[in-house]
Parts: sequence; C-alpha cells; structure tokens
Amino acid sequence: MAETASTGGDLHLQSLTKQFGSFVAVDDLSLTIPQGSFFALLGPSGCGKTTTLRMVAGLEEPTAGRILIGADDITDTKPYRRPVNTVFQNYALFPHLDIFENVAFGLRRRGSKNVKQQVDDVLELIELGHLARRKPTQLSGGQQQRVALARAIVNHPSVLLLDEPLGALDLKLRRQMQLELKRIQTEVGLTFVHVTHDQEEAMTMADTIAVMNNGRIEQLGDPASLYENPVTTFVANFLGQSNLVRARVTSRSGEHLTVDVQGTTFTMPRARCTSESDDIWMGVRPEKIQVNATAAGANTILGTVTDTSYIGVSTQYLVQLGFGQELTVVRQNDGAPILRPGQEVYLSWEPAHTFGLDARQDAKAGVEREEGELVPAGDAS
Amino acid sequence: MTATVHVPGGSMPAAPVEPRKRRASKVPYLLLLPGVAWLLVFFVAPMIFLASQSLQTGSIEQGYALTWHIGTYGDALSAFHSQLFRSFGYAATATVLGLLVGYPLAYTIAFKAGRWKNVLLVLVIAPFFTSFLIRTLAWQTILSSDGPVVGFFRATHLMDLLRSLHLVAGNDLLSTPFAVVMGLTYNFLPFMVLPLYASLERIDIRLLEAGGDLYARPFTAFRKVTWPLSLPGVVAGTLLTFIPAAGDYINSKLLGNTSTTMIGQVIDGQFLRVLDYPTAAALSFTLMLAILVIVAVYVRRAGTEELV
Repeated sequence: MAETASTGGDLHLQSLTKQFGSFVAVDDLSLTIPQGSFFALLGPSGCGKTTTLRMVAGLEEPTAGRILIGADDITDTKPYRRPVNTVFQNYALFPHLDIFENVAFGLRRRGSKNVKQQVDDVLELIELGHLARRKPTQLSGGQQQRVALARAIVNHPSVLLLDEPLGALDLKLRRQMQLELKRIQTEVGLTFVHVTHDQEEAMTMADTIAVMNNGRIEQLGDPASLYENPVTTFVANFLGQSNLVRARVTSRSGEHLTVDVQGTTFTMPRARCTSESDDIWMGVRPEKIQVNATAAGANTILGTVTDTSYIGVSTQYLVQLGFGQELTVVRQNDGAPILRPGQEVYLSWEPAHTFGLDARQDAKAGVEREEGELVPAGDAS
Repeated sequence: MTATVHVPGGSMPAAPVEPRKRRASKVPYLLLLPGVAWLLVFFVAPMIFLASQSLQTGSIEQGYALTWHIGTYGDALSAFHSQLFRSFGYAATATVLGLLVGYPLAYTIAFKAGRWKNVLLVLVIAPFFTSFLIRTLAWQTILSSDGPVVGFFRATHLMDLLRSLHLVAGNDLLSTPFAVVMGLTYNFLPFMVLPLYASLERIDIRLLEAGGDLYARPFTAFRKVTWPLSLPGVVAGTLLTFIPAAGDYINSKLLGNTSTTMIGQVIDGQFLRVLDYPTAAALSFTLMLAILVIVAVYVRRAGTEELV
C-alpha cells in the first residue's frame, strides 16, 4: 500500500503449513518473493498452490508458520486489512454492480480520493473504458478477466495474487492475455504471485517459478534453469517432456561423469547430476536429441522409429532402443525428410544437454496425461 | 396430457408424416389447456360474477339485479375504511417483523448450518403439518392470562411498554392488536424464510471473499454484497407474507377483539351473516385493487433499488 516505494516489500513465507484434518495441503513451505517480481507457483491440482495463495490473502488460516510483507507480520491480520488483493479463479465480479463500481469497490471501502480518476485510469489501462456502465454478465470471458485484474490493481496492493486467472479462457485468448498480463505487470510494477497448473503459462510470464508437489516446493528458479536443469523427476516431467533412462555410473573423473546404459557409454557434466549414488536416471529433453543415419562420435545409440506424429512446426518420433525403451524425439521440420516407422537411426546428444537424477525417484512422477499427450519414455522395465 | 411428441422410426405406414408434425407443434398449447381451463372456471368466472354482484342492488329476500350502482363502493368504504387501513397496518407490521426474524434465520440456515441445513429447513416447514386454524388456536393457549408469556411480560414491564404503544389495553396479551400481529407474523413466517433462504443460498461464497479481499469489513460486505444479492428473496418473501396477511380473517378473529377487526373479517361477515352481497363483493374488489397498487409500487421501488 503506502510503502510500495521502499525496498522492504518482499513477501516472506516462513515454514508455512496448512493441514485439513490429517491431510497436509502445504508442508513447511519457506519462500521469499522479491518485490516487483512476477512469481509463479506451478503444480498439478491438489499440490497446495491455491491453499498457499489463500493463506497469503487471509482466506485460509495457516496451521503453522508466518507470512510477512517486508517487516510486517500479516499472519494474523484480517483479510480486509491486508495490503494484498486477489484475482479470483472465476473472477468473482459483483453481479449487481456495473464495471465501474466493481473496480471502485476497494477504493470506496478505503475512502480513497479521486475514485473516478483512478478507476478511469485503470479501465484505460485494460482498454475497457467504454464498457464502464455495463454489468459483468454483459461482458465476454476475456473482458471479465481484465475487469477482475483492474479491480485488484487499482488498489496498488503490495502483493497481487492471481489464482489460475486464465483457466476459464480458451487457448487463443489465454495466449493473448498472458502477454497482456505481463505488459500490465511491467507497467504497474507490482509484485504478482501467479498460481497455475499450466507450465507454458508459468514459463511465458514469470521471472521465477516455484514448482510445487504434495505441499512442498520441488524446485525454484527462472524458467530456463528449471527447464534445462531439473533436479527431480517430477520437475523433469511436469515442465515439458523428458526422456529418463536408467544408467549406472562407471567413473567420475574431474568435470565429467561416465555412465553405462545397457552396454552403451554416455558422458555428462558432473555438475548436472544431482545424485551421488551410482544408480541414476539419465535425462535428456526430446528436442536436444540429434537423429543421424550413421553413428557419429560419442553419446550415440542405435534405435528404431516406431511412431511418427507430424505437428507442423516439428515432428515427434518415438524411437525404440535395443533394450526395449522408447525415447521421444522432437525434430524441427526444417526440410529434412520425415522418418518412417521401422527406419533404423542413430540418436546422439551433447553431454552438456544430459542431466542425472537420483534413481530412487519415480520416473513417471509429474507426467501429464491430459489432452492425449504422448507420455515421455520412462523406466524400461 | 397424453399428447406426446411423435416418435421417429417404428413403421407406421398408415399415418401420414405431415399432420403428425403439425400436431407436435401444438403440444405446448395442449399442455397449457388444463391450467387455462382451471383459471377460467375457478378464477375468471368467479371474478366476473363478483364484479357484477358488487354493482347489483336489491335484497336477499327480493333478489338482486344488476343496476350498475357504483355507490355501493363509496358506502362500503365510508363504513369500513378503518378496518381496511388496519388490515394493511397489521399486515405491514407482521411483514417487517417476519423479515426481522426470518432474515437471520434464513442466513444462518444458508451459510452457517452445515449438515443441519436440511433438518432446519424441515423444521421451518413443520408447522404446515397441522392446520392453520389449529396453529392459531394454539396461540390462544400460549398467550392466555395465566400462561408463562403473560407472566414474563408482566414481570419485565414489557406489558407497560406495549400498553403505552396502545398494542394492549389491560394487563393481558390475548384479544389485543399485539396478539393479532404476533399470530400473523408466526403464521406467515415460513413464506418469508423459504424465498429468503433460496436467494441467500444461491450467493457465491467467493463474492463475499472478494468483498473481504477488497477491504470490506464483514458488516460492509453484508451491506454491499449479501444484502443486494438477496433482494429478490426479500421482495418475494415480503410479498408472500403481506398479501395473505392483509386478507387474513382468522388471526384477528381468534386472537383479537372487536376493535382489531380486519377487512377479511368484515367481508366474511357481510357475505355469511349480514347477507349483504353487493357490499361484500365491493369490499373484496377494493381489497384486491388496493393490494395490487401497493404491490406494484413496492416492486417498482425494490426493482430500481436493486439496480443501484
């Protein structure tokens, strides 16, 4: 609110825990969200991300832990006193009030001056000034979404919470609103905490992503480092697709790690393996795999194409290795001939694109099976 | 109704397709038929009969003839206007009291009752399992001179308060305006609670969360979100209470005295004891028109309020 100018507006969650009966929705979560950042809490439904958001908003009481904005402990502050506003999942616009009054609601409650000017400005920002006197039901889904956003940001909260804000929109509109949200965030400079289960949405918009699973944070980082360096099988599978192959470490020399996969030797940078154990999952992203007609250099393995799906911009292949496991390979359609099922090919990838994960983890964790997506190859057994 | 939509398939070589199609489009009208017939026979026809009766002159011995004598209305009003106004006064008071009692009750059932919701709803409807008359007679016992209610009112000086408001005359509750209004409030309470419950229960809880999120304290959130969204229920509930209460003649008869007579009682007396049919008919019509006007004004006001 008033202290947005100071640098002490970071949001701190300290050992935050929420239990519903015996179910632990959020498990000892600690997190610092810097002021002015666009932060995404990403995870499948039921991972505790919405519960975390509701605790910050004050709609849910933590079982344990503290919530601070800057130095102010707001854990026990009533929701209507918190310098926090929420964009609700289904917008929750007041149906009996017009757009102007919906946006003015928070300003009026706090006895703000220049209500008209402020509301007009924010309606201008979301380009809906001409609909100020319409009722919410007379607006399209995308417009309602923008009104819900305007209703929250007009109050200049220290933290803006967005609970699956684009979930109710169709795909095309969602892409458009992603860019719009990012633009508005840059323009107003507020801290956005965005809850979503859509990894693409999180990666497009957020500066920092926290991947959540079972009430805990699996990994935290910027989109690129999460994608390139997943530290758990869950992150590897939930953020994009991964090929995970069981491998045995044969030597650790200097910067490199040599592993054996059913008789074939691969190397990878030692820094990219998060496990000290000798049994690991060797991971590689589908688009990092090169397809060659002949064996070329190290990190190469022979396979047979079993499935081809043409996607337009790229083609996705399933390639079965000698020991039975299938790898997913994505190739840009840059003019190279499309491979046919039954064709034998050599797969290779840069050591730097390989990552290693602890083999005790479930290789299928975080695999999305919605929308008929291909399941990335996992354990061969 | 037996008029079903034609079933495709099922070989019916004799039946031509075209006429069947045309008959299918008449189905909605056929479905309306029983209702329309009912209204014509039991509402429109008696109304016309009543209207004509109110304009007749004559006596029960010599018979009545339609003479278009408008004067009956004036005579009836000058004789019974105080009972008419009293009826609206009692009905309005009972409606307001019903709202004051019913709103918190409906609110609690809708938002706070949890798994007791259905039990509480059944309890609200439970009085309907006995007759209106029995329930009103029970109030005679409740308010009787040696009963605990009267004892409580006397002990707490509430009786003195009621007396100063001219709601009771002596030291008793029975046979007073107070008793009549209590009876009306009680008897029509379910008609208030059920519509209120229906509209409160429909309110999306997230709207109240959004109110709190936008700096509204619980009471402000109620005033700015819950109350306006429950207005349809308030309008329905108050109408369902006010209209029958204004025409009621049981409560004032069983719980009141000769100075609490309501217009329904007068009409009842004119029809069945005095046998002055034109006056009774004229009063019935006047009551109906007055209620129509009051309701129309009220709905219009409430309707614009809702838009603000």
